[in-house]
Amino acid sequence: MRFKGGVHPDYHKETAGLAIETLPLLPRYAVPLSQHLGAPGTPLVTKGQQVAKGEPLSQPQGFVSVPVHAPTSGAVKAIKDWPHPLGRSLPAVEIEADGEDRLWDGLAPLGDWRQQAPAALRDALKAAGLVGMGGATFPTHVKLSPPADKPIDTFILNGAECEPYLTSDHRAMLEQAPAVMEGLGLMARVLGVKRIIIGVEANKPDALEALRKACPPDVAAEFVLLEAKYPQGSEKHLIVALTGRRVPAGGLPMDVGCLVQNVGTAVAACEAVGQGLPLIERVTTVTGEGIARPANLRLRVGTLLADVIAHCGGLGPRIAKVIFGGPMMGLGQFSLEVPVIKGTSGILCLPAERITQYLADPCIRCGTCVDACPMGLVPSAMGVLAERGRFADLADYRVGDCIECGSCAYVCPSFRPLVQLFRRGKAELRALESRSGAA
Amino acid sequence: MLVATAVLAGLGLVSGLGLGWAARFFAVETDPRQEALLELLPGANCGGCGCAGCNDFAGAVVSGAAPVDGCPVGGGSTAQAVAGVMGLSVELKERRVALIHCQGGNDLAPRRYLYNGLASCASAAQLGGGDKSCLQGCLGLGDCQGACRFGAIAILPSGIAQILAERCTACGKCVGACPKGIIDLVPERARIHVLCSNTDRGPQARKACQVACIACKKCEKAAGGGIAVTDFLARVDYALAPTDEALVEQCPNGSIRVLDLRSKRH
Repeated sequence: MRFKGGVHPDYHKETAGLAIETLPLLPRYAVPLSQHLGAPGTPLVTKGQQVAKGEPLSQPQGFVSVPVHAPTSGAVKAIKDWPHPLGRSLPAVEIEADGEDRLWDGLAPLGDWRQQAPAALRDALKAAGLVGMGGATFPTHVKLSPPADKPIDTFILNGAECEPYLTSDHRAMLEQAPAVMEGLGLMARVLGVKRIIIGVEANKPDALEALRKACPPDVAAEFVLLEAKYPQGSEKHLIVALTGRRVPAGGLPMDVGCLVQNVGTAVAACEAVGQGLPLIERVTTVTGEGIARPANLRLRVGTLLADVIAHCGGLGPRIAKVIFGGPMMGLGQFSLEVPVIKGTSGILCLPAERITQYLADPCIRCGTCVDACPMGLVPSAMGVLAERGRFADLADYRVGDCIECGSCAYVCPSFRPLVQLFRRGKAELRALESRSGAA
Repeated sequence: MLVATAVLAGLGLVSGLGLGWAARFFAVETDPRQEALLELLPGANCGGCGCAGCNDFAGAVVSGAAPVDGCPVGGGSTAQAVAGVMGLSVELKERRVALIHCQGGNDLAPRRYLYNGLASCASAAQLGGGDKSCLQGCLGLGDCQGACRFGAIAILPSGIAQILAERCTACGKCVGACPKGIIDLVPERARIHVLCSNTDRGPQARKACQVACIACKKCEKAAGGGIAVTDFLARVDYALAPTDEALVEQCPNGSIRVLDLRSKRH
């Protein structure tokens, strides 16, 4: 089945043929305490303390929270505010590496997941700090704990990677196919789900083939090649494309009995249970016309952007923008001191000629954005309302259902910054709600 | 010809009588004082009083829901006139003026990144607090200017907003429009002001802006009351505002200024 709307940007998957390389050990790392959606943890370490690779640095606060872990062994140099990819400074643990890369002796591998109880597996994933690695960074154990009245019958592996330029999931599927399939089987076991569907966009048939070959005999999965269309990798659209079910407005995949997990998360789950390794590494694509040597890198969480760029030969002379994530949904960075976090799927470096410096024109009501919106919204009208400050009316147009995929802004002939307008509208509505709640 | 004239005249008579009857039958009782008050009010319909325009405010005054000196725009003279109509007396309040507690333009506080989006401070502030090196500083995209109904705010070429005290009516719209919350209403007679909102520690504040308050407390010592450093920022207590203008010289970064906000019109 196809979902409505969407766009076909230039895919620029130039790095798809580059094997994953591991970044050598660096002298320092900065691990932000907040790398997931939900409450940040409280620090478990103090300044000057020696930590080992994989040792937890924070204690989760509440259910929707996960710990972060030391990327290597060394001393805690400071716990202080550090530039964060989200745009402001947030508390981070700065670690000075001792070069030994000594593994923490408190790691507790569970071994074969087939022998483990679902609850034990879920606890192991939480302790390992697992979050959705596609970019939204929602804690995995929360996704794996659906309420009793919302049984999950279908487990979906998201191998769409529809964002242009990014190839980290593609490489992981090719090079770590057995780990992907093991992690997938493991997470399906936590939920006791029988039906497993693997969806990969049509521009990566080799990845789907690699997964099919690596599929263990006791994991019964369906392999589906999806149409290459943005935003195919969006949870709700992936579910429509694979099962024909529609997540209700304002709902979650569990409302239609589905659960979606990213490829990188599956690999991390396999390592967390099999070897007891927490989530301290991830594969990130470094690409764009503004970087000397594009690559797919295995990076430790907490690696500073400047170190990654130096490893890739530095930025080009006309560099204008460095984005964490892809060009459609990624976030521009304001400092080269920001660390790579669990959700950093790509680092995109764009020179000035790839950036449009535009002044937005008025909406001409052409309706192109209405055709492009995969959520069936009316971005043209919503944009005008947000611009005029009519935020309460914006709620009637269901701005809350906007997934901020950027398809509308991509096709807009007036170059209107629609997603920015909607984000503003959502923030204003949240403020309105909290005010009326307080009154 | 005659018939047509007669028909038209008849129609006119019938309609006129109908309208006359309707005007009596459907007449809305209004307090004559409300009409009188509306004449006295500035008529800007700015909403600074908290009511939906001047007529609404006049009605609220008549019903006792709003104070006679509730119109911030009209100031003392209007308050007295309104009190006269209502048969009340009013104590004259001092005129206030909006003040932006930031003077760090692009030349003094650098931009952290190239902002290429909506020309709105609130939208820019969503992107990591905005592009200004100082996270408390004025972003200069003019949300306050857009909110001002009296043309009392200018955006200077250096990318910072400035209040034109002469035109300011202290309606308070800009105070709510600023996403950084760095505008407030100060008494017009106060002359010493801290034009900074940065709450970073000294070294960071210095890095963020050349005219930032570095919380050295020299002003606090020199004034001996009326100005105090809290949360790494000097703040004037306008209830006991300091008057010794020499203390401005004590500020090593020029964050404290002497300003004459009095309007010649009032």
